[in-house]
Amino acid sequence: MQTNAAALNSQVNSKKRNSSSLTDQLRSYLRHPGSGILAFLTGLAAVLTFAVLIFLVGYILIKGIPYLTPELFSFEYNSENVSLMPSLINTFIMTVLTLVIAAPIGIFAAIYLVEYAQKGNRLVKVIRITAETLSGIPSIVFGLFGMLFFVTALQWGMSLMAGICTLVIMVLPLIMRTSEEALKAVPDSYREASFGLGAGKLRTIFTIVLPSAVPGILAGIILAIGRIIGETAALLYTSGTVAQVPNLMGSGRTLALHMYVLSSEGLHMNQASATAVVILVFVLVINWLSGKAAKRIAKG
Amino acid sequence: MNKIKERGMKIVFMVAACASVLAVFLICLFLFASGIPAIGKIGPLEFLFGTEWRPSNDMYGIFPMIVASIYVTGGAILVGVPVALLTSVFMARYCPKKIYRPLKSGIELMAGVPSIVYGFFGLVVMVPMIRETFGGTGTSWLAASLLLGIMILPTIIGPTESALRSVPESYYEGSLALGATKERSIFRVMLPAAKSGILAAVVLGIGRAIGETMAVIMVAGNQARMPQGILKGLRTMTANIVTEMGYATGMHREALIATGVVLFVFILIINLSLSLLNRRAENAN
Repeated sequence: MQTNAAALNSQVNSKKRNSSSLTDQLRSYLRHPGSGILAFLTGLAAVLTFAVLIFLVGYILIKGIPYLTPELFSFEYNSENVSLMPSLINTFIMTVLTLVIAAPIGIFAAIYLVEYAQKGNRLVKVIRITAETLSGIPSIVFGLFGMLFFVTALQWGMSLMAGICTLVIMVLPLIMRTSEEALKAVPDSYREASFGLGAGKLRTIFTIVLPSAVPGILAGIILAIGRIIGETAALLYTSGTVAQVPNLMGSGRTLALHMYVLSSEGLHMNQASATAVVILVFVLVINWLSGKAAKRIAKG
Repeated sequence: MNKIKERGMKIVFMVAACASVLAVFLICLFLFASGIPAIGKIGPLEFLFGTEWRPSNDMYGIFPMIVASIYVTGGAILVGVPVALLTSVFMARYCPKKIYRPLKSGIELMAGVPSIVYGFFGLVVMVPMIRETFGGTGTSWLAASLLLGIMILPTIIGPTESALRSVPESYYEGSLALGATKERSIFRVMLPAAKSGILAAVVLGIGRAIGETMAVIMVAGNQARMPQGILKGLRTMTANIVTEMGYATGMHREALIATGVVLFVFILIINLSLSLLNRRAENAN
């Protein structure tokens, strides 16, 4: 009983202290109205930002979930039943194949930059500048380039392959940068210990450095998946918008393109909002996963 | 044997690292080689400053689109930057520890939402809202700027918050010790000290806004004429490419690619100023 009373007492005390500091704060704002207004505006802006986010996510979920019918997931697409299944399968194919190509290139490039390149090397400077440039290019420019190069110049036509290659270029700088940071975070003592045990450079990289950098690299790859799933402008004129599951040299739309086509036609807005729900769920899962990966990095 | 393997892999790594160089080279080559002849044929002045875009009459002036891109981006900056700056101040200085993690992942989520979803939201929520409040069709400069203003929030908040956090704590404490209030210390001491980092964040936001395509197409109306008011529709450069590329042939198609070239040059200029700003921010620290 006594301990309880003491706890209660201290709680009351701390409450008192809190409220007195709060009134102090208010009094100070009365003396300095400018400061009060600024503090108010800061809070207001934060509330606004998060209110917009909650409204956006909530609206799309509430609007779209009722239309997530089983028909929407049937394998056949036709003008009456605008099934999203073909686009879902295409999205999956494109994500996997893009990563199969982009991840090794990006990780190898990061290995070169961190483990091999000497400081002040001119090639390294050029690589960094170009990677920076790539990451600033908007997706529509990638789309134009993909159309000119893969679709027209290489004569692949609008095809999944052209879309995949365009996406590879788009996510490459992202994977490169995150992998580079992950490799840099591996302590030099690991490398020295491995060399000291007589391992060669290559062996050190593949058995010591890369495994310890995996969470960081994974976080980058997860971010890349997010970009691939949401991409529209770069794919519109490279992979095309046919609603089917083609072979690699045929045209097929991804989920995001499916959503764009539906909402720009304006005939199937409800199905478009259901597609938005599917995309949003993917994005939420990806965010959750990358958060988890980041936590593992923080733990070391 | 081992030596050959070591050497061979080193070359493999180097080739992979050169992939980005090759990509940028190819992008420049193909865009410029396909776009510049068209600009030459139309005439650079007629192309850049012509106010009539009528492909059926062979008139290819993209001045309305350039102006529209600048207007829409300007509007987005007006909407987004103040909110983003204040929110980053909140995140860096006011946010209670308990809710920091969820809010931070909220901002990351905002950055991860695809532009097509933002566009859809704009189309079904913001456009009808503007139509009912102000009249007109709703698809307008205002809708595009508001939507882009929301989309650039996470782009600006992230770097701005870390710029604010990298200002030495002693600046803040020194200002408090001189009798300044918390707000005065933040807004008159911390913000100016983080100036170059914040500027870089804003430039990053400008780059994102000017290159945004799908969201803008869905809410801007896409009329190819000089912008006529905040409630009237307009067409940005990015929208010009996407709306007409599907059926364009011959000269029309080349003119669209040339529009892409102009957009690309805009982006290159923004990128260049961004890397200059970043270097300055690094030197300042």
